[in-house]
Amino acid sequence: MNKTVNHKAWFLVLPVLVLVAFNAFIPLMTVVNYSVQETFGDNTFFWAGLIWFEDVLHSERFHAALVRQLTFTFTILAIEIPLGVVIALTMPKRGIWVPVCLVTMALPLLIPWNVVGAIWNIFALPEIGLLGQVLNGLGIDYNFTRQPGAAWFTLIAMDVWHWTSLVVLLAYAGLVSIPDAFYQAAKIDGASTWAIFRHIQLPKMKRVLTIAVLLRFMDSFNIYTEPFVLTGGGPGNSTTLLSIDLVKLALGQFDLGPAAAMSLIYFLIILALSWIFYTLMMRDEER
Amino acid sequence: MGLSWMAWTWPTAAFFLFIAAAIATMGVWEYFVPGGAPRRGAFGLDTTRGDRLFITLVGSAFIFLGWLGLFGTPLWGGLAIALAWAGFVFWKV
Repeated sequence: MNKTVNHKAWFLVLPVLVLVAFNAFIPLMTVVNYSVQETFGDNTFFWAGLIWFEDVLHSERFHAALVRQLTFTFTILAIEIPLGVVIALTMPKRGIWVPVCLVTMALPLLIPWNVVGAIWNIFALPEIGLLGQVLNGLGIDYNFTRQPGAAWFTLIAMDVWHWTSLVVLLAYAGLVSIPDAFYQAAKIDGASTWAIFRHIQLPKMKRVLTIAVLLRFMDSFNIYTEPFVLTGGGPGNSTTLLSIDLVKLALGQFDLGPAAAMSLIYFLIILALSWIFYTLMMRDEER
Repeated sequence: MGLSWMAWTWPTAAFFLFIAAAIATMGVWEYFVPGGAPRRGAFGLDTTRGDRLFITLVGSAFIFLGWLGLFGTPLWGGLAIALAWAGFVFWKV
């Protein structure tokens, strides 16, 4: 591989580097500093060593939140990615319905996250909400404010409603970029719909689906606003995901040291899993 | 506005200086001994030297966390494993 000759281009990256320094490096460094100290406010800190890391690693509360987080993330990925691809496949490729479909799909993405939480909270309330009323009218005992199962169902339904569109739009962009010649060749060979999907559409969508999986993985692993507004982490702790637990620890209890240690472990998990996803999905591409 | 809210300590400053020094060393290394193009290593991954540094650092973080969770402080055992891991990654991956 030839080496890059024009190194001056690196200077163009400088403004971004400065911006990232202020919104990422400095806060991250501060969190690392907090994670090894104890504070009672007033910017006075006491050295605590690695005690907060040990606490978090042995904390059953953290383990439970992590398991809930992984369950949530892999459930929504397992639903949103295939559903998004199926919807993209059924969308028209040309004609007046293309913009109609695209705008309709984009609508959930435009709604602020706390509003999505509020909409679903009211929508699912058993006494006044449409979803709650209908389900209870059908004889299903549904109350997400006191049944953990119902809370999880509502949470996942809300995330699927909010974010499947993103997968649809990305998958659709991948689909429309496939030249007609590929389909004509497949037709001549007498390929079935499944064969076309498996050998033409899916490989062509691979890059955008990689982005979709990564974005949805990272976003859902960081999710805070929607479940906070919908259930507040309840009933009990049943929908307390990592970020909600972290905010309770940092701002509710003002335990900055343990919260900083937890943030770093949380960050490392996201970093490692994102890297593994990315590497696995791009590995075949490079061959 | 001072920087007291950042709550710097010598150990954490040393930690970041180490990371900065590691990245700078990579630059110096590449300048004098070019060879940063990707190669196929263990795990079937194509990695550059920078990738290997990243894998080493993230892997080491997990090694230290694992040691801390299982055996607690001091971390000398974890350090030994992390160094072995770094050697393996730069040599084979």
